[in-house]
Amino acid sequence: MNYKHIISQLPYNKPFLFVDTIEQIDTNGVTGGYTFAADADFYNGHFTNNPITPGVLLTECCAQIGLVCLGIYLLQQEKEEFAQVAIGMSSSEMEFLVPVLPNETVRVTSQKTYFRFGKLKCSVKMHNSRGVLVCKGTLSGMIKNQHG
Amino acid sequence: MKEERYQILKTIIKNYLPEDVSIDAVSQESNFVSELNINSANLVDIVLDVEDEFDIRLENEDMEEMLTVNDALAIIDKKLSA
Repeated sequence: MNYKHIISQLPYNKPFLFVDTIEQIDTNGVTGGYTFAADADFYNGHFTNNPITPGVLLTECCAQIGLVCLGIYLLQQEKEEFAQVAIGMSSSEMEFLVPVLPNETVRVTSQKTYFRFGKLKCSVKMHNSRGVLVCKGTLSGMIKNQHG
Repeated sequence: MKEERYQILKTIIKNYLPEDVSIDAVSQESNFVSELNINSANLVDIVLDVEDEFDIRLENEDMEEMLTVNDALAIIDKKLSA
């Protein structure tokens, strides 16, 4: 199964879309992947002559896959008429363990802690292509179906 | 009994107050969002703590009605007597 109907609902676009694929998704969690393209502009400045993916973008990637994709899926389960997702990250607590270099493909797994009253809280993990844990943490956001 | 519930609720609210709002600012008439400056994400946390503390379950409609501390106390009352 492909999950294009979820990715197409994401309220992001280049250069700030950090989801390539969704491998698996259900009401308890999601697994998805992203490749950090080596020609991305931010590598010119982070760091000078030493390109490393910024932690904020690893967090963003975890949030887009782990919170937003899962949130869209959960909203779609709740209601058939889905308009557009409105999202705000409300808290993030992340730990970064190893650097992600240009061109690396990462895999994000997210497990739902709860989704109540529009607040989705998840524990997320990101692994690199060698299966090494890159970062992990807890993310929460308010997610709702924006009508009209 | 009612006072006791209010004190328990106050203890929960205290954890989610913005840094510049003191617990002394909380009264039964306080509006969570407009007066205590609690955001929607933290309001959910308060509800989840209330559920745990009083062993009740709130529905979306309850959450929509819960604008003030008094509203929260009324919902707790209603759920406990149901």
